[in-house]
Amino acid sequence: MLFEDMVLGRSFEDMCAQMYYRGKMFGFVHLYNGQEAVSTGFIKYLKEGDYVCSTYRDHVHALSKGVSARAVMSELFGKATGVCRGQGGSMHMFSKEHGLLGGFAFIGEGIPVALGAAFKTKYEKEVLKNDKADAVTVAFFGDGTCNNGQFFECLNMAALWKLPIIFVVENNLWAIGMSHYRSTSDPEIWKKGPAFGMPGVHVDGMDVLKVREVALESIARARRGEGPTLVECETYRFRGHSLADPDELRKPAEKAHYAARDPIVALKNYLLEHKLADEAELKSIQKKIDDLVEDAVDFADASPLPPRSQLLENVFADPKGFGIGPDGKYRCEDPSFTAGTAQV
Amino acid sequence: MGLSSIAYDLGSGLNGPMSISHLSSPRQQLAFSAKSCSRACITVRAADGNSGSMRAPPSTVRASKLVTNAVAVKSETASIAATKSGHELLLFEALREGLEEEMERDPRVCVLGEDVGHYGGSYKVTKGLAEKFGDLRVLDTPIAENSFTGMAVGAAMTGLRPIVEGMNMGFLLLAYNQISNNCGMLHYTSGGQFTIPVVIRGPGGVGRQLGAEHSQRLESYFQSVPGLQMVACSTPYNAKGLMKAAIRSENPVILCEHVLLYNLKERIPDEEYVCCLERAELVRPGKDVTILTYSRMRHHVLQAAKSLINKGYDPEIIDIISLKPFDLHTIGNSIKKTHKVLIVEECMRTGGIGASLRASIMDNFWDYLDAPIMCLSSQDVPTPYAGTLEEATVVQPPQIVKAIKQLCG
Repeated sequence: MLFEDMVLGRSFEDMCAQMYYRGKMFGFVHLYNGQEAVSTGFIKYLKEGDYVCSTYRDHVHALSKGVSARAVMSELFGKATGVCRGQGGSMHMFSKEHGLLGGFAFIGEGIPVALGAAFKTKYEKEVLKNDKADAVTVAFFGDGTCNNGQFFECLNMAALWKLPIIFVVENNLWAIGMSHYRSTSDPEIWKKGPAFGMPGVHVDGMDVLKVREVALESIARARRGEGPTLVECETYRFRGHSLADPDELRKPAEKAHYAARDPIVALKNYLLEHKLADEAELKSIQKKIDDLVEDAVDFADASPLPPRSQLLENVFADPKGFGIGPDGKYRCEDPSFTAGTAQV
Repeated sequence: MGLSSIAYDLGSGLNGPMSISHLSSPRQQLAFSAKSCSRACITVRAADGNSGSMRAPPSTVRASKLVTNAVAVKSETASIAATKSGHELLLFEALREGLEEEMERDPRVCVLGEDVGHYGGSYKVTKGLAEKFGDLRVLDTPIAENSFTGMAVGAAMTGLRPIVEGMNMGFLLLAYNQISNNCGMLHYTSGGQFTIPVVIRGPGGVGRQLGAEHSQRLESYFQSVPGLQMVACSTPYNAKGLMKAAIRSENPVILCEHVLLYNLKERIPDEEYVCCLERAELVRPGKDVTILTYSRMRHHVLQAAKSLINKGYDPEIIDIISLKPFDLHTIGNSIKKTHKVLIVEECMRTGGIGASLRASIMDNFWDYLDAPIMCLSSQDVPTPYAGTLEEATVVQPPQIVKAIKQLCG
């Protein structure tokens, strides 16, 4: 299960790169290659009803959480069948069905949103008196974000109110071209947890089994109502920050070091060594995933582009927000409104 | 003149409370519409203590039964009962009443902000609510606007209905990231999957020598954000109604309150009512000129109106209420009648609500205008501390009188 999920993440991202260079995908696309152990290690141990909040590097979080590869690929192609109807794109993956709260372009702005979901669990339990309310929220973000105010503000509030949230730092040492060591006074991020009153854990993010151990414990802790945990995962992205990043600043030695610790290869070796699976099985999983990803591309290719009439459809949950026109009727009452303009 | 103007009043004057249809019995509805005329009894307590009623000169007398009041809407159906029932309260109490009613009605409604709980709110809007509803429903937050606003967004996405109080609207500048990116956008970027039914409210505007940072006029800053609705309350009646409407709305709504209006007193209906977020309020019908205003400037306009009416002018005063989107129906109907427009706002001139409104009016009602649209805005300065300078920063009634004279001749 872990192997399959990580392979899905890797194959999907590789396909994204191909599609981007073929002109099917646009804008800023941030790939997750190398970090699969973190996504798989945490998200696979959440249950339905739990929430995940991500950043712009969110494709694999979406896939791990259960969003179909077809929906993600369509979204990336900007098609109407995308998980966000083509309106979000690479950096804004959302899924209400699977509890994926985004997909945010500005770093740090997703952490408070995650905090809100955790707050809702506590509210449900204590105010709405629902004993079964125990949804846990996992917020993923990077090393660069850990220097941002929202990170610290949220650590404070999470610990203060003992919210069921896990702060997972995917420390891949680089924020585009800014090395973690050049931007951070104390680069050991896990230490910042205890400063706010929560446990801080450092884990090898290239080893999915180690991540799993920490994940299980912190998720259980949150579910028991004992509060938040800060988990720093040491990980690495094999590709550049985004597909537009020439990735010239990182030293080859560093890249080679982490390439040797590829989480998928590591798990594969472990499974084979401990006779938990054989080559044939693993190959068939790879094939299954390859087919799945191909199918996702085909689906996305065949899907329609959003029509012009879709432009104004989701600006307001209640379209009365577009106001009352000169004729006295709400603008949204006019059936051809969504083909018009949003000027008020 | 009398009959046609009364008909006009009834036709488009009763535009405040909209939810008549949800009242079950016709009797309730009748009582309801009668109550809405209690706005005829507004006692505007401006800081200088003047109240609003005054006998208008004979040329503008309406229905003989009613107190001719230069500043109020008149209606034939106002019964004696309507003017005696209802209850009097101050604007901040009206806000609290609306908030409390909504919190009782829906357990998902919660408040968060600095000092809203134990302290009762820096302007007492949430006084007593923490004791009644508990610390979690009226949450005292640390001083972290950006994060707790984002927290409200996340809570709204997952099912709650939070109200964020900015202790001063100016503090919400720190939450601008969350307000613009998340409140405004998430419904759209998620393809309609998540709704963000938050209300963001707080006192803004120029007060009494509170200094530049506490005297900001931020309506225009939020105006362009797609996905947000914005309203400004100006009387206890519309404060309570707008608060309730904003809470019930599925859209993110910014409710602009004004520091100097919290102690306005008015008699409001006992029955439940909700105002319409998208509709403007016809404050005083007239035929010479349309004055569009909102928030505190409404009261400056009313002050100026006393003088104008004495001089024989007949201004139609509209409190636009909805700063985004504009109610072009009410505004348009007025312009079609008067052909002249004066906008009086507290916003800065540059990129302000007035600037937007002028453009909208020109786009839609150009053919009905007999003169360029005039706009009185506050000065584009950080509000000075010194009293004399502060007074010169916002639009004062004499300026309004002068502008009308200029516009109408």
